[in-house]
Amino acid sequence: MKVLVTVTDVAVVDDEFEIDGLDVDERYLTYELNEWDDYAVEEAVQIAEDVTDVEVVTVTVGPERSEEVIRKALAKGADRAVRVWDDAIAERDLLDAETKAELLAAVAREEEPDLILSGVQSGDDSFAATGVTLAEKLGDEWAAVVNQLDLDQDEGLASVHRELEGGVDELTDVELPAVLTIQTGINEPRYASLRGIRQAQNKPLDVKSLEELGLDGSALESPLRWTATYEPESEGEATVFEGAPDETAGELAGVLRDEGVGQ
Amino acid sequence: MTVLAVAEHRRGELRDVSHELVSAGRELADATGSELHVAVVSGDVESFGDELTREGVDAVHTVDYGEEFNHDVYVQAVEALADDLDPQYLLLPHTVNGLDYAPAVAERLDYPLVTDAVGLEADGSLTVTREMYGSKVETTIEVESDHAALTVRPAEWPAAPSGGDATVEPFDVSIDEGAVRSTVTGFEEAAGGDVDISEADVLVSVGRGIEEEDNLDIIWDLAEALDATVSASRPVVDNGWLPKNRQVGQSGKVVTPDVYIAVGISGAVQHVAGMKGADTIIAINKDPNAPIFDIADYGIVDDLFEVVPALTEQFGG
Repeated sequence: MKVLVTVTDVAVVDDEFEIDGLDVDERYLTYELNEWDDYAVEEAVQIAEDVTDVEVVTVTVGPERSEEVIRKALAKGADRAVRVWDDAIAERDLLDAETKAELLAAVAREEEPDLILSGVQSGDDSFAATGVTLAEKLGDEWAAVVNQLDLDQDEGLASVHRELEGGVDELTDVELPAVLTIQTGINEPRYASLRGIRQAQNKPLDVKSLEELGLDGSALESPLRWTATYEPESEGEATVFEGAPDETAGELAGVLRDEGVGQ
Repeated sequence: MTVLAVAEHRRGELRDVSHELVSAGRELADATGSELHVAVVSGDVESFGDELTREGVDAVHTVDYGEEFNHDVYVQAVEALADDLDPQYLLLPHTVNGLDYAPAVAERLDYPLVTDAVGLEADGSLTVTREMYGSKVETTIEVESDHAALTVRPAEWPAAPSGGDATVEPFDVSIDEGAVRSTVTGFEEAAGGDVDISEADVLVSVGRGIEEEDNLDIIWDLAEALDATVSASRPVVDNGWLPKNRQVGQSGKVVTPDVYIAVGISGAVQHVAGMKGADTIIAINKDPNAPIFDIADYGIVDDLFEVVPALTEQFGG
């Protein structure tokens, strides 16, 4: 059995930042493994530990920078990695969900996995649409926002819980092959062991261009244009107490007493 | 031309977002000189249909097939509706179920998809406002296409008032059951337990800023000094530091206490959805740009590890 996991590095913005053109100035960005993908990787690795003969392959659309988070996924137990990148991709300022899914689908068609796990969304642009778009492109079944997964390989079925709003789970059986988008909290992602980190250095990480995936520039065509980025005007009318912690705590205590709290 | 909005329901009730989609849809329809049509698929479509004849709706289409949401059914039904109505814009909810079919519908119809819209402007072309980096910035995306599928963030538009005079018409779709490859087998309440945070008058709510499980002690101490109940945002529950029944937010509980003290909580939209109804909101967070300050009444921008013990001390803790 083969499990393909989509892995992306996401930009996290510092508390204080400036915008440069369409995006936050690079100086205020740090990159890390997308939180949802961390759970997806863990879920795949746990499947590989429970079932014999499972290969876990990660796939990333990202520049060389993203190899840091790919190695992290490999250190946690994925077997090998594919990274898709191309100068033509680098030129795009907006990589929308459809375009990303098109690239991932090309890799999935080569790999032919039984199961694809993808984070519900990425922490930076939060489109939350790549996984289901990918499923539709492949003609696979899918389930979005999964917080529990039981695989029945003999039946070719994934029994999942989908986390609906308001503390209610929907229980659904999904035919394989399928794409599941993984919600945080589904498991406890492990930390990479030192041994894992060492082994990850020697695991295969293939870089593929558009041409190597049998795609041309049309795969990147999109009618969506990113036209502006700005800081939203604060709607806040909060009274903010300033000063040393015991002073601000004292003022806040006054507010709480006026509200009748702690009397 | 037509704008088509698709309602959402669960276990016999239309969800609020359905009526918000009507408001957003009417806005787009007015800007483009279009009709607003609303569709509802599965469930008690007759009563849903009547309930959806809100102000501003020109027509309601009902698809009577099955009871609960199933994405394979929804994809087929909405595809058939779109083939028939050729809507310029397709409005779907940015909810867990919306995310489970909107991308597939957009892909099938070859409509560009923009998700989680918080603003829509149709002035010649369509411009969608959405947030990035956990609400730290807003961005605009222009859609260079005659058609678009959009998912609309809940609680951004007001619910359209009832009292419209739209016609309700059944829409016939022959659902290909062979293409329904997923089965909803039931529902489960995920958040049971001994504490009901939605009943609390005062909540001390803790978020990612607490950093480690051991640090929760200062939260419990503050709650004890204030005679308050402890709740949490999602990351604390995901980490297993507090049980699910203490989670505030979209996927947890909606709370409306007299006083809500958010400690180390940034105020992601999913969290705010669960607590914005609190009478008095207090935020303690070291990031002055954290969205929680947008809805807070009182705030302290400082290190919670200093402020929280100092506050506990004020109450003799």
